[in-house]
Amino acid sequence: MTGILGKKIGMTSIFDEHGEVIPCTIIEAGPCHVTQIKTKETDGYDAIQLAFEVKKERTVNKPLKGHFAHAGVTPKKLLREFKGFDLSKFKLGDEIKVDTIFSKGDIISVAGKSKGRGFQGVVKRHHFGGGPKTHGQSDRVRAPGSIGGSSYPSRVFKGQRMGGRMGNTRTTVKNLKVVQVITESNLLLIKGAVPGHINCYVEIHKGSR
Amino acid sequence: MEKIKLVEATQLKTNITPFKPGDTINVHVKVVEGEKERIQQFQGVVIGRRGGGMNATFTVRKVTDGVGVERIFPLHSPRIAKIDMVKEGRVRRAKLYYLRKLAAKQIRQKTSA
Repeated sequence: MTGILGKKIGMTSIFDEHGEVIPCTIIEAGPCHVTQIKTKETDGYDAIQLAFEVKKERTVNKPLKGHFAHAGVTPKKLLREFKGFDLSKFKLGDEIKVDTIFSKGDIISVAGKSKGRGFQGVVKRHHFGGGPKTHGQSDRVRAPGSIGGSSYPSRVFKGQRMGGRMGNTRTTVKNLKVVQVITESNLLLIKGAVPGHINCYVEIHKGSR
Repeated sequence: MEKIKLVEATQLKTNITPFKPGDTINVHVKVVEGEKERIQQFQGVVIGRRGGGMNATFTVRKVTDGVGVERIFPLHSPRIAKIDMVKEGRVRRAKLYYLRKLAAKQIRQKTSA
């Protein structure tokens, strides 16, 4: 699956050719640089490592500095591997821009780290229904209900859904559509929402895996 | 933020007739019927404007055959061909929702300059 790295800028809406409003996420996608080419012979699989977003020279440690110097690019913040690229077309240090991979109407999937929601109860976290509001109930409105039998099994099964930390996990949204590609400012407009907060990094994959 | 504005700037209209709540305007709307496209007019009193940038909308109210009709238009919609000013009004409120309860004569009095 070919793809590119990007940064979420925010959401807005634009009008399509029929005058209908489309909700859009703006992503600053690339330019990315090829920092490593993995081949079946040397690494056991074919992939390309892409780097995105300039990093301050003094914050880079020596091993990474060597890695970037080998590829002939300035230090970058984010490194990710992508499979599915035609390896023969790329060499170390190549720049990959949005328009080389994506065009209007493409179906894509976007992966990123979702917003952290903190400690949440079962109603928000697992969509439980909660308890009744009336008929003499008290303190049961957002309660989970029974979590298992008493005498048997006398324990709570593993995987029982309960309250806890929610969000801040890797999330992929599939079947999103590219609305517009703005080459000169490296922007990608995607119909619909994308995981993560503003300025968070996302991987944009072609196709809907 | 600047990058969002960059995208929105390509969508925003620059030559919109200035109008405010209380004004009577004539909105020329492009309507697609099958293959053909024609212009439909909607004339009424502006009873409110809201939002900024791409999200700006305005509400126009008119009374047809005794039935009140309100339409909300996105200000920058490409479906709006043009907006004509019919009569300027003078009102003391930003949202004229109270016009819904008034008779035609009272509306004339309330919005007249």
